[in-house]
Amino acid sequence: MTQTDDILSVDGLSVSYATPTGTLRAVRDVSFTIGRGEIVGLVGESGCGKSTLMQSILRLLPGAARIEGGAIRLSGEDLAHAPKKRMRQLLGDRISVVFQDPMETLNPVLTVGRQMIDIQHRSRESRAAKRARAVAMLKRVKIPDAETKIDSYPHEFSGGMRQRVAIAMALMAEPDLLVADEPTTALDATLEIATIDLLRELQEEIGCAILFITHHLGVVAELCDRIDIMYAGALVESGPTMEVFRDPRHPYTQLLFACDPAQIAEQRRHLPSIPGSLPDLIDLPQGCIFAGRCPRAEDRCRTEAPAPRAAGGSEQVRCHFADAPRLEVPA
Amino acid sequence: MLSYGLKRLGLSVAVVVIVIAALFVMIYAVPGDPARVALGPRASDALVAELRARLGLDLPIWSQILRFYGSILQGDLGRDVISGAPVLKVILAQLPDTLRLVGGAMLVAVVPGIVLGVISATHRGSAIDRLTSVLSVSVMAVPSFVIAIYLLLIFSINLGWFPAIGAGQGFWDVAHRLVLPSLALGLAWIGYTARILRASMLEVTGQSHVRTARAFGISDRRIMYDYVLRIAILPTITVLGLGIGQMLSGAVFAEIVFGRPGIGKLVYDAILARNYPVVTGTVLFTTVFFVAVNLAADLLIAWLDPRVRHDLAH
Amino acid sequence: MTLHTDPAAAPSRRTKPRGALARLVADPLGALGLTLIALTVLGAALAGLSPHSPTGLSPLDRFSGPTAEFWLGTDNLGRDLFTRVLYGARVALALSIGATALALVFGLVTGVAAGFGPRWADNILLLILDAMKSVPTVMLALVLVTFTGPSLWAVVLVVVLVNGPAYARMARTQTLAIRNADYIEAERSLGAGGARIVFAHVLPNILGPILILAAMDIPIVVGIEAGLSFLGLGVRPPAPSWGTILYDGFSYIRDSAWMVIAGGIPIVITALGFTFLGEALRDTFDPKLAKR
Repeated sequence: MTQTDDILSVDGLSVSYATPTGTLRAVRDVSFTIGRGEIVGLVGESGCGKSTLMQSILRLLPGAARIEGGAIRLSGEDLAHAPKKRMRQLLGDRISVVFQDPMETLNPVLTVGRQMIDIQHRSRESRAAKRARAVAMLKRVKIPDAETKIDSYPHEFSGGMRQRVAIAMALMAEPDLLVADEPTTALDATLEIATIDLLRELQEEIGCAILFITHHLGVVAELCDRIDIMYAGALVESGPTMEVFRDPRHPYTQLLFACDPAQIAEQRRHLPSIPGSLPDLIDLPQGCIFAGRCPRAEDRCRTEAPAPRAAGGSEQVRCHFADAPRLEVPA
Repeated sequence: MLSYGLKRLGLSVAVVVIVIAALFVMIYAVPGDPARVALGPRASDALVAELRARLGLDLPIWSQILRFYGSILQGDLGRDVISGAPVLKVILAQLPDTLRLVGGAMLVAVVPGIVLGVISATHRGSAIDRLTSVLSVSVMAVPSFVIAIYLLLIFSINLGWFPAIGAGQGFWDVAHRLVLPSLALGLAWIGYTARILRASMLEVTGQSHVRTARAFGISDRRIMYDYVLRIAILPTITVLGLGIGQMLSGAVFAEIVFGRPGIGKLVYDAILARNYPVVTGTVLFTTVFFVAVNLAADLLIAWLDPRVRHDLAH
Repeated sequence: MTLHTDPAAAPSRRTKPRGALARLVADPLGALGLTLIALTVLGAALAGLSPHSPTGLSPLDRFSGPTAEFWLGTDNLGRDLFTRVLYGARVALALSIGATALALVFGLVTGVAAGFGPRWADNILLLILDAMKSVPTVMLALVLVTFTGPSLWAVVLVVVLVNGPAYARMARTQTLAIRNADYIEAERSLGAGGARIVFAHVLPNILGPILILAAMDIPIVVGIEAGLSFLGLGVRPPAPSWGTILYDGFSYIRDSAWMVIAGGIPIVITALGFTFLGEALRDTFDPKLAKR
């Protein structure tokens, strides 16, 4: 894939938070790309920095956070340093987002229609035209009786319907990139499958790229073209989904997958737990970030940070032993 | 909505019933025979006994308390000992002056309170936010009658900008004379309003639907004044309901300092004259008013909030 | 998510574990509050050093404006106002702390009793607390004073009835939370009595927040005393109370304004002092309360 085909390219991104006890380096030197129409899964434990990464792309970082370095390019345009005004033009138009909790993400005291009209603030069309577009979009996400339902308040929809409304809002402007932040985590298994199917269907029609952030390895296997795995603020492995699942190269990925392969197929809702805890992101350890929990760690791992390199089917692996045989993990 | 309203109404009625019982106990416990007090020490025993019978004072206590409830239910709060007029009529005659004062005080409280609350919340941590917060607690802390006395001293007596005494005649005169008492009564509620609004706006700003609105590029102004304020204003209504109810009684200080007629002046004079029916009648009246305003505020919130409206309708 | 650090939740200065007092003084509002309170306490303590009597009449010195001898002037009976203000601080402090303590005891006892008692008793108590809260503060004070007669004790009773319910609710909520906790069940089965559970588990949990609330209520108490005394329904003359100074002075406000000035300023100082202290205490020790 050539550079111009990429919708999103994140290059050497670092983000920190000012905290009372020091600078917390939540995202460090992360690089990846998303091609036009591609679906990319971003996987990692809570606290691995994937939410910070998402907020950086959308420029919704809280006040204590700062982009320390690197670039975020949307079709070549740098978002990390774009003025606020420019971001307001792009957000909801060329980049959209679906958040996790459908109970909380819509304004509870405004009707769904009002909110769907408000987000068309770039358009100079009449209110009636905006409303018609909103109704049409609700129909596309299979909201029954959309013409009347549009005047309902969010709490009058069920959880699954509310998430479909959120998807309708996000895709109404037919964006180039949809960021989906754990959009199905709050739903039960049946609704989750239906929502994923809907998302895939609309993605094929609209042709947008999706950055799909999730805990859920099964969804990634089913939906995503590529997978990026984050650990403690760093991208530890990335590559085509099939390649990475077949032959993970980073010990962290191997541990995630190896815990119980059967459960991955069963669409596990949570990442398997690995003994040990995340390193201190304020006082970072020397060497490899995963060394403290890695069964393969040697002295070198504790002193020298590995550079990312290609190994096996993966395009980026941050491990000194990326080419070593797969770990033997007791079940 | 209906069942919620009925439940709130039932609770309010229960509260009023308890307050009436407490009032009855207090009247009953006052030393001295009301009939003897009313007729004077030289009245014959027979006359006193007759009045006792007429007032029902010879009945057992449970029967007396039922009679007490019965007469209140009919709007009979007793008779003014001095003028002999029905207490309710006496109160209602004084009500308009006090209501004007409360209205003025609400104006003083609401407009600056909301403006300061919004500014504090949108400029959180700034110098103006800190100043507002200190001023808010300060006006809440200083008793209103001290403020009233100093306002009178500075603006009426020293500067002569406002007349010192009376409620006035004609619209402009009445309005002119309302300024200082309204300020004295309403000042503290600027603080309460600004504080609650700031807190609730900050709380709503942290909710994730605000992040969604930002993620769709909706302007910060639109988000604050439309998306956030619409929700954050609801708790402020509760506080203002509380304010109206408290002000109706708190008016006593502003009325005495500024020599105004009104409910507060009425109850004060009644206390000094040991005119008990007027005292208990006014307490009951202001309590019912207080409970009713709070009930109305709660129902208004329920009606304004589509979430509650929906939950209550089903 | 732990990474979502709220900018405002993260103070800019580095917080090191320090003494409680040092932390309070570091907060400008806390330092100011403590200073104002210290001023009041100092006044009360040094009142006896004044060469004048707070109650002795001196007809020759009536209506003197502030002079070198009478720092705040004298009143209509020739009493030195500065001396009366100092003695008034004793009345105000003793009353507000004493009455607040009684309100606390009332609140704790009823709250804990409601929490441990049967459900119906709890419901009735809640209703009564609601009823107490439903009488506007000023009316509650006036009606009680009407029937008890004006006195210091009437003021104390008013304070207990006005401020007590809030403490009772707090104590009740905490007691209910504790009562159903597993470890209490375990202790009960080991034979721990109600009193032990109250002292070991309920009190330590609520004492902090309830004391902060009480500190913030002190201006209300000062206001109730001064207000009732100003109406001639509280502390009886000739006892020196700030409210009675205002009561006496208000009749002469046109020609002898120094009387009401002398009576009002100490009320403002004390009310602000305790309010600022309460705010600082809450911000420093109870961030949960501060969020409200």
